[in-house]
Amino acid sequence: MLTCREVLDFLMAYVDGELPADEVARFEKHLAVCLSCVNYLASYRATIRAGKAAMRGPGTSLDKLPPDLVKAVEAARRALVQSGESE
Amino acid sequence: MAGTLNCMTPACPSPDPSQAEQAALLGRLRQGEDAAFRDLMDMAGGRMLAVARRMLPTDDDAREAVQDALLSAFRNLHRFDGRALLTTWLHRITVNACLMKLRTRRRRPESSIEDLLPTFLPDGHQTRPAEPWAPDRLERAETSEATARLVREKIGELPETYREILLLRDIEDLSTEEAAQALGISSNAVKTKLHRARQALRALLDPHMRADGGEAC
Repeated sequence: MLTCREVLDFLMAYVDGELPADEVARFEKHLAVCLSCVNYLASYRATIRAGKAAMRGPGTSLDKLPPDLVKAVEAARRALVQSGESE
Repeated sequence: MAGTLNCMTPACPSPDPSQAEQAALLGRLRQGEDAAFRDLMDMAGGRMLAVARRMLPTDDDAREAVQDALLSAFRNLHRFDGRALLTTWLHRITVNACLMKLRTRRRRPESSIEDLLPTFLPDGHQTRPAEPWAPDRLERAETSEATARLVREKIGELPETYREILLLRDIEDLSTEEAAQALGISSNAVKTKLHRARQALRALLDPHMRADGGEAC
């Protein structure tokens, strides 16, 4: 039987589906009897989802660049072209 | 360029331009058409700034990184082989510009992550058994702005190299190999650090998310 330490060490491979089938079976045998690891696994998965939702959810994206930044980039690009550094 | 990335942001406000539209724009850029660069900024600039804001601490840094990325794209158009989407290539350039900026700003020694990792008894059991997270808090984690702010704050508390890995892999959806290449470390190091970063973020969120009360958010 795997220990909690072994389960937590290989949790990412389990979550990402990278464990071989026999290891998955050993993993799940431990989960069937260890509530702490079940809780840890659920919160580990929730952490990944929460991170994605917080950083990429509604309100975290933009349609367009602010006009002043567009102007600044255009000016810098023109300066590059004029200095011959664009190639 | 290795691998293929998905849409710059899954929650992007407008759909990705089609492959054909991107190919047409690339053709105009390569012909040196002046308006094409403005169209490139219109097409991808907002998403590039969103990426930079996720990765960098201040809006000024994010704007500078986007400017650097757009100029780098302009300079290196002739190197883009067109096998990936233009938006994918620009995403990667933006990530690299952000990493460069983080490196130039990094002055403090990094804090240790060890205190945020699980500890074990000699028999391999966890020292402190993990408690369940409250279902309603889990749901809020994906819907409430207050919880999203908390999660962003806790991601910001991660030691920087771990925060970088988490952002590249879990938020920007780079593959392990792409993240390894961007950071100049091995794929195994990316995997180890990502696991630790996720565990540390879990530990930081745990007091706020537990079903047994914790610190409600």
